[in-house]
Amino acid sequence: MTAALAEKGAAAPVPAAPPAPPAAPRRRGRERAFDDVPRWQIYLPLALYLLFTLVPFYWMLLFALRPAGSTSLVPWPVTFEHFDKVWNERSFGVFFQNSMLVGVATLVATTVVALAGGYALARFDFRIKNAFMLALLCSQFIPGALMLVPLFEIFRNLQMINSLGSVVLAETVFQLPLSIILISGFIKNVPVSLEEAAWVDGCSRFRAFRAVVLPLLRPGLIAVGSFAFVHSWNHFLFALMFLSEQDKQTIPVGLNTLIGADSADLGALAAGGVIAAVPVVIVFAFIQKWLITGFSAGAVKG
Amino acid sequence: MAQAAAVARQPRAGRRRTGADPRRLPYLLIAPAGLLMLGFIAYPVLSVFYYSLQHYNVTKPWKNGYAGLDNFTRAFTEDPLFWSTLVFSAKWVVVQVGLQLALGLVLALLVNQTFVGRGIARALVFSPWAVSGVLTTTIWMLLYNPSTGISRYLADVGVGTYGTSVLSDTGTVFWAAVLAELWRGVPFFAILILADLQSIPKDLYEAASVDGASRLRQFLHITLPHLKDAIILSTLLRAVWEFNNVDLLYTLTGGGPAGVTTTLPLMIANTGIEGHDFGYASALTTVAFVILLFCSILYLRLSKFGGDRR
Repeated sequence: MTAALAEKGAAAPVPAAPPAPPAAPRRRGRERAFDDVPRWQIYLPLALYLLFTLVPFYWMLLFALRPAGSTSLVPWPVTFEHFDKVWNERSFGVFFQNSMLVGVATLVATTVVALAGGYALARFDFRIKNAFMLALLCSQFIPGALMLVPLFEIFRNLQMINSLGSVVLAETVFQLPLSIILISGFIKNVPVSLEEAAWVDGCSRFRAFRAVVLPLLRPGLIAVGSFAFVHSWNHFLFALMFLSEQDKQTIPVGLNTLIGADSADLGALAAGGVIAAVPVVIVFAFIQKWLITGFSAGAVKG
Repeated sequence: MAQAAAVARQPRAGRRRTGADPRRLPYLLIAPAGLLMLGFIAYPVLSVFYYSLQHYNVTKPWKNGYAGLDNFTRAFTEDPLFWSTLVFSAKWVVVQVGLQLALGLVLALLVNQTFVGRGIARALVFSPWAVSGVLTTTIWMLLYNPSTGISRYLADVGVGTYGTSVLSDTGTVFWAAVLAELWRGVPFFAILILADLQSIPKDLYEAASVDGASRLRQFLHITLPHLKDAIILSTLLRAVWEFNNVDLLYTLTGGGPAGVTTTLPLMIANTGIEGHDFGYASALTTVAFVILLFCSILYLRLSKFGGDRR
């Protein structure tokens, strides 16, 4: 069961040194035969794709940094008036705090709960294991957006409307299935014998896990945690629905209001976009290598 | 091996509460996740089914009550938007996922090569993965703006006309939205495929090139078969995701102009959030569930196949 999701990667041992991509020590000569694609066949399509990727980012920066009314294609002279306006007048400062809070809380909650569930799946056989696995897989297909109404009622009954807790809970719940599947894949890659050796040495199960398994899970946890953070940072329907007070809103909702204000103030919209992009792009830059090793180390084949 | 674990624990049993009965430990471990999912996924799903049989409209409370299949007959026989929405959903998913897969595969193959600047190139081409939904809309709104967007600068050099608004023209809005979604969707596929590419043993290629196989043949006979399962499964997952996700279209086009970019989930969101017609929205949701159920079954089937692969 769980089949392709975890099985295929299970053969590969967890990389002890996470970041090293396999290309590092390259024996020229011998590997040339299969690796030696003419340079232009790499650089030309890549350059075209880079253009497609980067022009939109540049466009946003351009609008954020050049003075209102300017049509120059270079943001010169640079102005920060849009940032000032968005951060202070449009309360992006508050939104930023809220988003950060939601993002970090979701990251922590998802990782902790998924770690427990993933460990159970990877290391035990128990009666409802298959049913649990099936529930995880099926819930991948249930769209959060379609459940806004019942979720809204639940949070109203729990008196959690207008509290960031509702958003953290909803984001966590929808991150969990994939996170558990991923983490159990990573844990399966850690040989049980390592843990058993620690038990023989007198460690409790928990201590053995913390001392032996946890360090090896680092790349996987980074991948899962960053997923949770990035998702909750970007996602907006839950915040839009569950938080009606303006000082509780998150950045995507703030951006949506600026979009709604139409072409009135594109500089402010762009500056808001840059503020929204910076944390996720920083997170991404750091985790990018772990993400790929994390995936190939064994989990998402789906 | 779990048994071995239990035996190994025995002498120290009782020292720690959770360790007291190893048979109970897995249940304790999945309890938090299980309870959260029961309360916030399973229960909402069931209540959606319940509401779908009710008239439940906040703005018309006097009509509320049991509706039987009224909501469903309304969708299938009275609502022209429903059918056009289904057609658009299919078109959106097929075009979007098809292009994402094709471009993602090419991109992954490119950045899997060894070349100077590979690390930075990977980071840059994958970066839109990190932004999403509303931020993607923000960026493309700026690009598509009729008076200050790209079209204005193109018109300056003689391409196209001034004041072109691709988002309000029913002929161009589809491709405009597709382009924006591709921008952030291709990296997803590229990352997954790249991860899988790196698990192909390099000596397969060495052996093949010693035997004189061309790069195309190596691709067709080594790379593609190896990627097959990952491609099938990630395509299915992504299709479901593209079907479900409403962030981008909700904010970029709002389903317009004239409803031509309304997917089923977007119609549900509009009916529920803006129309306050929760009964009808729930019925539409039920239809979406049925469609997705077929996908899930297909997915589970295929993932089993993946495991039995020779």
